[in-house]
Amino acid sequence: MNLHDFALYLFAMAGVTYLLRTIPFILLKKQLKSEFWNSFLAYIPYTVLAAMTVPAIFHATNNRISGIAAFIAAVAASLLGRGLVVVACAATAAVLFVDGVIL
Amino acid sequence: MKFSKGVIDGLPIGIGYLAVSFSFGIAGSKTLSWPLVTLISMTNLTSAGQFAGLQIMQAAGTLIEMIIAMFFINLRYSLMAISLSQKVTPSFGTLQRLLLSIGITDEIYAVAIGSKEKVNPLYFLGLTVLPYLGWSTGTLCGAIAGEILPAILTNALGVALYGMFIAIVVPPMKAHKPTSIAVAIAVALSCAFYYVPVLQNVSAGFAIIICAVVASLLCAKFFPIKKNAEANS
Repeated sequence: MNLHDFALYLFAMAGVTYLLRTIPFILLKKQLKSEFWNSFLAYIPYTVLAAMTVPAIFHATNNRISGIAAFIAAVAASLLGRGLVVVACAATAAVLFVDGVIL
Repeated sequence: MKFSKGVIDGLPIGIGYLAVSFSFGIAGSKTLSWPLVTLISMTNLTSAGQFAGLQIMQAAGTLIEMIIAMFFINLRYSLMAISLSQKVTPSFGTLQRLLLSIGITDEIYAVAIGSKEKVNPLYFLGLTVLPYLGWSTGTLCGAIAGEILPAILTNALGVALYGMFIAIVVPPMKAHKPTSIAVAIAVALSCAFYYVPVLQNVSAGFAIIICAVVASLLCAKFFPIKKNAEANS
């Protein structure tokens, strides 16, 4: 990617994100009342993260088996109530184990 | 409330951001040089949005796609900004809001809204300083590490960010069944876009937007969240 394209992407990303934070912060003084839209916005972070993670994680490494191992390790660690960093380490260790030791 | 109290309250967030942004730096180093990856973090300060943006750059998506993706993924900040505007002191004028609004992230918002007193600009600035530094330096370190570490390690570290996303999504799924349903719908749609031949023509950015918006709309319609039991967002 050349620098010109990157600059356009960056401007779009940062610009939209900044305006989303700033415009309502300056203009609106009322709480959003609609239960529907409040619910929609409450679900959005989780559905976005889920859609970005699956199935991309299966194909993020050199072979599918280590990607699937990372997914299983991360879900298992999360179900056991571990925090962000431990879960990330579990996923990383699973890939290292499968790619480095088994294959 | 003082600047120094804000800095102290922001410390745990800053440490947490170091790890996440390190993973973002690693992911970004596959497509971009380290100064550019760091620049994304310094201007955006948002995890899911930046990662989606990175995927769109990798796929050479259109600017329209980038704008729509950022709009939906980061729309929740508007909601937080509205809510935070109820909680600030009168000294938080328009200029202060223009300068400090970049600090409205999930975690900083949560701390600010949870404080007992009204939030003044100095406290909010203090609260933002360490998370901002943590986010930027973590990205910088990750992006440089991504360029110098051997492939087997960066390959393995590449799944760290996905691991963190899973760690964010699984706990509310356990606690709140409709969130599980929303996630299941999003994942099913996402797999369809990835594996079904006709749907593969839809670009990565639009696929994420469609998956998230459809799943969230359906669940908002059929499982509206009562105000006091609102999912932690």
